Amino acid sequence: MKYFRLVLANLGRHRLRTVLTILSVALALFLFASLRSVTTTLAATAQFGGARRLVTTNATGLVFPLPLAYGNRIKALPGVTGLSWANWFGGKYGDGKRFFANFAVDAESYLKIYPEIVLPADQRDAFLKDRTGALIGKRLLSQFGWKLGQNVTLQGTIFPGDWTFTVDGVYTPTDPAIGDDVLIFHHDYFDERIGRAGIAGWYIVEIDDVSHAPAVAKSIDDLFRNSSSPTKTGTEREFQATFATMWGNVSFLMSTIGLAVVFAILLVTANAMMMSARERTGEIAVLKTIGFSDRLLFALVMVEAGVMALTGAVLGLGGAKLFYPAINFNGLGFLPGFTVAPSTLIIGALVAIGLMLASGLAPALRAARLPIVQALRHVE
Amino acid sequence: MALVEIRDVYKSFQRDTQRIDVFTGLTLDIDAGSFTALMGPSGSGKSTLLNLIAGLDKPTRGTVRVGGEAVSEMSASQLAAWRARHIGFVFQSFNLLPVLTAYQNVELPLLLTRLSGKERNERVKIALDVVGLADRADHYPRQLSGGQEQRTAIARAIVADPTVMLLDEPTGQLDAKSSQEVLALLQRLNSEFTKTIIIVTHDAHAAERAKMVLHLEKGDLIEKPRATAAAMR
Ligand SMILES: Nc1ncnc2c1ncn2[C@@H]1O[C@H](COP(=O)(O)OP(=O)(O)O)[C@@H](O)[C@H]1O
Ligand SMILES: [Mg+2]
Repeated sequence: MKYFRLVLANLGRHRLRTVLTILSVALALFLFASLRSVTTTLAATAQFGGARRLVTTNATGLVFPLPLAYGNRIKALPGVTGLSWANWFGGKYGDGKRFFANFAVDAESYLKIYPEIVLPADQRDAFLKDRTGALIGKRLLSQFGWKLGQNVTLQGTIFPGDWTFTVDGVYTPTDPAIGDDVLIFHHDYFDERIGRAGIAGWYIVEIDDVSHAPAVAKSIDDLFRNSSSPTKTGTEREFQATFATMWGNVSFLMSTIGLAVVFAILLVTANAMMMSARERTGEIAVLKTIGFSDRLLFALVMVEAGVMALTGAVLGLGGAKLFYPAINFNGLGFLPGFTVAPSTLIIGALVAIGLMLASGLAPALRAARLPIVQALRHVE
Repeated sequence: MALVEIRDVYKSFQRDTQRIDVFTGLTLDIDAGSFTALMGPSGSGKSTLLNLIAGLDKPTRGTVRVGGEAVSEMSASQLAAWRARHIGFVFQSFNLLPVLTAYQNVELPLLLTRLSGKERNERVKIALDVVGLADRADHYPRQLSGGQEQRTAIARAIVADPTVMLLDEPTGQLDAKSSQEVLALLQRLNSEFTKTIIIVTHDAHAAERAKMVLHLEKGDLIEKPRATAAAMR
């Protein structure tokens, strides 16, 4: 298109301003894509997560433990076919800069209740027999350069001291929701070292039928309603979501900050467009004198806004799509299978088109409606 | 039939509560191939007259015809297309787009035509050659002198081969030497290429080169032969 050079020339007029505008659009859409992907990943995780598994936590909050004694009472309830428990450990490895999830589990029941955790039979046996053994997801191998059979020392944060484990097995999850960068070790060893406190961070409850989930959850919570530690039982999905919000209030970020940022960027872009249109009053009048129609000038200004919005969109959305897989992002273990969904890209593209319309419309209309004679008198 | 026919034209502007009557029944003919200098004190309506001929503005009453077409009756979009075809306009300043090279500035009117890239290229080269700026094609306006800028603007005004060239004080901001160059160029365009030229000027030298000098005095026309204009110096 022969007019495109004119658009490019105008974009090059204030190169820095153009670049900054494009970058701010890119940043806004990158943030948008990132924040929305947290939500879509959590939602996808919930669909993967076993529908037949419920999670019971302390009603006061995830950070409060439950008595280990609850286990047998839950197991005795009708509809419950399996039970395991785990406790958040939160140990650091090395300088602690690369965080990964690690927790203590009741190994035998845990592996039974999570058939998605797959590993060779001999490694499984070795782990079950080794009190100070650990199982790790395969990603940790490459992330830290660990080897099967080596010792790994974690520094306890909540539970102080150096905790050394032998890597007895490496698992590959068949389901991205499980997470392949988790270290798990024996709850019994954990309980012993913390002085037999008899605590479990959460219980995983297997039920006989998905349709019984609400009833079983209610009967568990009813059972402990008047005890010292009332419980809250929900699906794995709810559990994952609570877990994720522990390190950042995702929905708050999503709805408030995300929108505020996109809106702020919109103002920046609109302002930049308005400024460049105003500076060009005389030039637009000259173009009209030459015979450029109102419609053509309107289109040229819109295309200019569009080029900026779309370049920003490609950078921001494409950047998000490529960036997270490249760094193997999984939300510090809380967002396994993190991915920027196609729906996010589509919505992001629509936001970019909206941005183009919103920022281009006013200056484009201004250019189209500019009365030539007045504009030229103003300039001369 | 004259090329430009102005018939009983009234033009007034409203400024706040005050009405300014610039023309009250102006009638004027300008022939094809003529070189007309339009003179007169500031505020006498010279620019307004050029604007009416170019269809940049409409008369309050009366008709303006150019080449038999009633410019004063056309719609905004008709006017844009008509101007692209028939008018080459040069202002006193701010003619060129600073982000475009001399070549690209001259090419602008041709973008509105159906000419191919190759044909546009040929015409732009010829136009730049005529104004003596073939070697400045890739220069940006800020790299050109004032005189060169105006010659580029003239190249742009002739590149689409318009019916009339209208120039509003094209030498107003130029030094004497550059002014002479621009005026000599206009004279050549008129005599060699038989371009119809109407130029607004305060410069008596410019008037000397014109075939016809018109004096506007408070919106009234005083036609004077060239000799008288020269004697007025
Ligand atoms: N768009 C306008 N709005 C209001 N007044 C105008 C406008 N254009 C011209 N005028 C007035 O009309 C008169 C003629 O102006 P103009 O044609 O620019 O004069 P000249 O070019 O001869 O100096 C002046 O008094 C000027 O102030
Ligand atoms: Mg004037």
